[in-house]
Amino acid sequence: MSIWEYANPKKFMQTSAWALPWVAGLTLVTLIGGLVWGFFFTPDDYKQGSTVKIIYIHVPAAMMAINVWAMMLVTSLIWLIRRHHVSALAAKAAAPVGMVMTLIALITGAIWGQPMWGTWWEWDPRLTSFLILFLFYLGYIALWGAIDNPDTAADLTGVLCLVGSVFAILSRYAVNFWNQGLHQGASLSLDKEENVADVFWYPLVVSITGFVLLFLALVLIRTRTEIRARRLQALETRERMA
Amino acid sequence: MIALLARDLALAVRAGGGFGLGLAFFLIVVTLVPFGVGPEGGVLARIAPGILWLGALLACLLSLDRIFALDYEDGSLDLLATAPIPLEGVVTIKAAAHWITTGLPLVAAAPVFGILLHLEGAGFFWLTASLALGTPALSVLGTFGAALTVGLKRGGLLLSLLVLPLYVPTLIFGAELVRRGVAGMETTTPLLMLAGITAATVALVPFASAAAIRVNLR
Repeated sequence: MSIWEYANPKKFMQTSAWALPWVAGLTLVTLIGGLVWGFFFTPDDYKQGSTVKIIYIHVPAAMMAINVWAMMLVTSLIWLIRRHHVSALAAKAAAPVGMVMTLIALITGAIWGQPMWGTWWEWDPRLTSFLILFLFYLGYIALWGAIDNPDTAADLTGVLCLVGSVFAILSRYAVNFWNQGLHQGASLSLDKEENVADVFWYPLVVSITGFVLLFLALVLIRTRTEIRARRLQALETRERMA
Repeated sequence: MIALLARDLALAVRAGGGFGLGLAFFLIVVTLVPFGVGPEGGVLARIAPGILWLGALLACLLSLDRIFALDYEDGSLDLLATAPIPLEGVVTIKAAAHWITTGLPLVAAAPVFGILLHLEGAGFFWLTASLALGTPALSVLGTFGAALTVGLKRGGLLLSLLVLPLYVPTLIFGAELVRRGVAGMETTTPLLMLAGITAATVALVPFASAAAIRVNLR
């Protein structure tokens, strides 16, 4: 029993068919639970008022935006090295989800920034690097869409993902150098003293879990769709050949 | 390899357009900017480093799709891929040829265009230095974008979408270097960062480009 067994599309379809309802159900519970808890059962911040509550969407979305790219990097590597089709399809399936997460983080950040910083947008390092990350997602998705041959597309997007990762990180630090920040530092960490207060922390953890599960559910659905589309294509080709 | 470089240079110079086009485009950008932001010298001098860098970047982008496309269409890219020199070497030579035909003229012309934008005294030196250091990275990164899109019919727009985000670090350090040079501030950090990015790009990106070409020729 190794993890590579799930690289077999048939095995993947079986397992994901079993797992999907569970993941989707848990997503609903944690996401609704975390957001309702955060929105209605936590106190307002003494300085920020109720705008602080956008944290329950903003922080999980921002975390996912980065982690989805990391996941795409890993699956692209698996595709390039071991050539498991499911892996390439998972990367393809994850990209639009990651792009939307980035967009959510940017938009919720702007909505929060307007009353707090007095501006919708500021060329702050974190904001700027998220915008650049968004551009990388756009390019990646566009390249998938532009190439007809699925294997060529998987290879080229895989290479783009590798090079893009290096440059995304490079841009992150270059941007740091270019402009001083307005964005606060990390509000969550396991080892530092300075953290958000527990009343905000617990619902936040729940909604982060919700976002992770939501991503998982969406990627499973989208990967299953991709696999089915592939099978359909194969069937049609066979039909035409016959 | 030298023969290949000579061939690419000759093609670029003789086969119409490609050679001077980037430079003309650069001039147009520089000419249009004052219409957009107004002719006051102070404003122009302030934004000159950024505009000149952006202009160079866009001019560089303009000729990228020609790097491999013509060779791909007439089949000589297949020959180059099976030639005794490694494909990574071919890519590097292609990037060098692209740099000599677009990057180098931009570096040479930038100070002249700097006059048009009221660039300040120290800026001329730093602009030339930063462009000379930065534009090789632009060409090499361009080969990567061109390699990804070489098999596509209308890859031009996609090419810019893929390549421009990769240009961000180079642009940041290049323009910052000129700004600091003009302001008389310490310039070592952006200078070294820019040189480092270029060195790393020239050394590593050809491998990615060659990999992409191999996929496209499969």
